[in-house]
Amino acid sequence: MKWFAALLLMVAAPALADSNLPPARWANQQLPDPRQEAKAEALMEELRCLVCQGQSIADSDAELAGDMRHLVRSQIAAGQSPDQVRAWLVERYGDWISYRPPAAPVGWPLWGAPIVLLLLGALLVRKRVRLGRR
Amino acid sequence: MSRWLRLTPMVLLALVVAALVWRLAHPEDTHVPSKMIGKNLAEVRAPAALPGRAGVWVGDPVANPRVINFFASWCVPCITEVPLLQRLKQQGVGVDGIAVRDRPADLAAFLRANGDPYRAIGADPQSSVQMDFGSSGVPETYLVDRSGIVRYQHIGPLEPEDVAIIRDKWQALRK
Repeated sequence: MKWFAALLLMVAAPALADSNLPPARWANQQLPDPRQEAKAEALMEELRCLVCQGQSIADSDAELAGDMRHLVRSQIAAGQSPDQVRAWLVERYGDWISYRPPAAPVGWPLWGAPIVLLLLGALLVRKRVRLGRR
Repeated sequence: MSRWLRLTPMVLLALVVAALVWRLAHPEDTHVPSKMIGKNLAEVRAPAALPGRAGVWVGDPVANPRVINFFASWCVPCITEVPLLQRLKQQGVGVDGIAVRDRPADLAAFLRANGDPYRAIGADPQSSVQMDFGSSGVPETYLVDRSGIVRYQHIGPLEPEDVAIIRDKWQALRK
C-alpha cells in the first residue's frame, strides 16, 4: 500500500493550468515564405507576452503567447505589415505590449537622459583637465 | 569640490534605496487592463462551443446589454465563479460565456459538474476573441451595452461583492 502511494506521488499530475487543445497552426511552425517569416519573427521578438510578463511572445511557452504568434504569422502571411499588426495589438492592450516604446511626450526624459548625462560628463572632464593644467 | 557635491553620491544612493523599498512595499499591479472599454465590438462573433447551443454575437441587440464571461473548463478559479454568475442570472442579468481554448467534451463535463449559468457559449479555440477584447487571461468578465460597446471589465475571478456591482452597472445600461 505504502509502495502504491509512493508510486502515485511519483506520477502525480501537474496542476491543470493549461488547456487540452494543441497549439494553433502557426504557433510553432514557420511560414513557408522566408521573407515573411523573418518579418514575423522580428515582430514576435518585440511583443510582450501577456502571461509571463517579462518575456517576448517569441520566448514564451504560454498558450496565449502561442496564439499571439499564430496571429502575427497569419496576419503577416495575409499581407499585413508588421507595423499594422503591432498597432492592432497596441490598440487593445496599450503601448505596454510593445517592447519598442513610441516617442510620446511622457517618454522624452528617457530619450533625453543619455544626452544630458553625456553633456554633464563632458563638463566634468573639461573641469578636471583645466584643474590638471594648473 | 564643495561639501555638497561630495554628498551627492550618498543622496543618490539613499534615493535609489528608498525607491526600491517603496516598490517592495507596493508591488506592481500585473493586471493588463483592456483598452477596448468604450470601443464598439459589435462585429465580434464566436461560433457555438457546444452542439445545439447558441454562439455569441457581441452586437446582438436582443441579448444586450449583458455580461460576457471568458472562462474555460481547464481554469480552476472559473469554478468558483459559476454560483455568482448564476446569482446574476437569477436577478435577470443576461450572461453569455466565451470558452477559451476548450474542447466540447471537456466543456460539457465542466457545465455538468459545476452548473451552467450561460444563455449562449461561444468557442474561442485560438484566443482570438480574447484578443479582440484586449483580454489577457481567464476568468475575465465584461459588460457590453445595447450597441455592442464594451462598458466594464473585471479581471480575475468574481467575488461575492462583485455581483451587486455588475448588476447595478447592467441596470444602468438598460435605461
